[in-house]
Amino acid sequence: MSGKVLMKGNEAIGEAAVQAGCQCYFGYPITPQNELTAYMSKRMLEEGRVFIQSESEIAAINMCFGAAAVGVRTMTSSSGPGISLKQEGISYTAGAELPLFFVNVMRGGPGLGNIAPSQADYFQCTKGGGHGDYRVLVYAPSDVQEQYDYTMLGFDMADRYRIPVLLATDGILGQMMEPLVLNEYKDPGDLPSKAAWRLGDPATKEPLWTTSVYLGDGELEEHNLKLQRKYDEIVEKEVRFEETSVDDADIVMVAYGTSARVAKSAMEMARAEGIKVGLHRPITLWPFPEKRLGEIAGSVDNMLAVEMSLGQMWEDVRLASCGACRVHLHGRTAGGIPEEAAIVDQIKKIMSSKGDEIIRNF
Amino acid sequence: MISKIRCAGFGGQGVVLMGKLLAQAGMMEDKHTTFFPQYGAAMRGGTANCSVVVSDDAIASPMAQEPDVVLIMNGPSLDKFESTVRPGGWIFYNTSLIDREVERDDVEIFKVAANDVADEVGSTRSANMVMLGAFAAKLGTVSVEALLDSLDVMLEGKGDKIMNLNREAMKRGAALAE
Repeated sequence: MSGKVLMKGNEAIGEAAVQAGCQCYFGYPITPQNELTAYMSKRMLEEGRVFIQSESEIAAINMCFGAAAVGVRTMTSSSGPGISLKQEGISYTAGAELPLFFVNVMRGGPGLGNIAPSQADYFQCTKGGGHGDYRVLVYAPSDVQEQYDYTMLGFDMADRYRIPVLLATDGILGQMMEPLVLNEYKDPGDLPSKAAWRLGDPATKEPLWTTSVYLGDGELEEHNLKLQRKYDEIVEKEVRFEETSVDDADIVMVAYGTSARVAKSAMEMARAEGIKVGLHRPITLWPFPEKRLGEIAGSVDNMLAVEMSLGQMWEDVRLASCGACRVHLHGRTAGGIPEEAAIVDQIKKIMSSKGDEIIRNF
Repeated sequence: MISKIRCAGFGGQGVVLMGKLLAQAGMMEDKHTTFFPQYGAAMRGGTANCSVVVSDDAIASPMAQEPDVVLIMNGPSLDKFESTVRPGGWIFYNTSLIDREVERDDVEIFKVAANDVADEVGSTRSANMVMLGAFAAKLGTVSVEALLDSLDVMLEGKGDKIMNLNREAMKRGAALAE
């Protein structure tokens, strides 16, 4: 398909999922992701596929578990409070090695919080979320086109590694409209067959067992080490990021999603004033681009994490820097959006500060 | 060139449609464009607003925190957004519903009797189109032609009567600025 259409982020995610062959959508409404559920209620039926508005978030994620177990592409979506409810099922999915694609259109928390855009679920997205030793591959798009494209890639990655894959976006990206190229879905052609494990396949003669329970002596450790080898491979192969004007920079900002867009504006403002600022934008939040950030930390005196949360990503940037440079924080919370001028002000303060002072700006 | 626009009014005046039409028109003219609505708890008669950015280059932030232009449809919206306009920017406001003057002296002002003109065309509800037409004809951020074309996309299936009413209101708005 050629040409552009003006489309809402939430709806772009839905259309990409339809194009990527999602057979079953299960979800429960919550702002600011409602347009995605509404879009799927129309499009999945048009395609003769399954759409269920479940009785709860917990029901939705367990329906996903069932659909994934029989080998069809499936997804769910929600915002913070709903994603919290789904964590038990996501952990079970990771334990049972089932492919799952899910979306968190982040809003303000903790608790029921508010419905304003936020990145405050960073810890939940990247540090497991549910219980147990597992990882989730996390994509953080920063515009409507990327929300479309990374949804398609997310389904592929879920099938490739048999893991839960998360699209981590926010109220701005979900609600905003931008021109979108409706790229056609292309099957990578090298995804592993599901024949060996999917339930209900008439060709399968031996009984199959889908489980996350390993009670025997040493069984779970063996299973988890197998998962770990998979996670190591993902860290090796799947890190993604984008950089702007990093090579000659005196200070490098690190920001993802909506924050990265504002940081880019701030970078242009600062450059117009002669301050050499660069921007590193992680696209995968897990695996985090820690190797590259470590290199950058060795070549500049200062880095600045810009996020719509109070220092959650900042912790990962500091870890990646291994103390090689100062890492500062510009954080907003609960619906606050970073402002270009305030970021530039902080950059000026950082550039004129000395010693080991760390400047945090909320 | 980059232009950040905030449309504001009360729920039911069609300010979200104004923003979508601007974004659609910008896209049709091969510009970069973003549309971002205020969302969530809203009701008819409450306040509504949206941000649109139209640019020759890729748009970093979709937020119009310090807009170049505000299109103001009612009094509470003028109270809320007058102070946010960047110095040298523009305030277009609906004098049919706002009887005070703009207090800022460092911005350009264009008055549009949007409801009165819309009433002449045949429906108060097309006041938003009068405002859009005036804005496009005055500043040329997007062309009036592109806005008229974007009506075909955004109001598809609404029928000839509504379409023609909106087209006429937009043209009458444009005539105010020519």
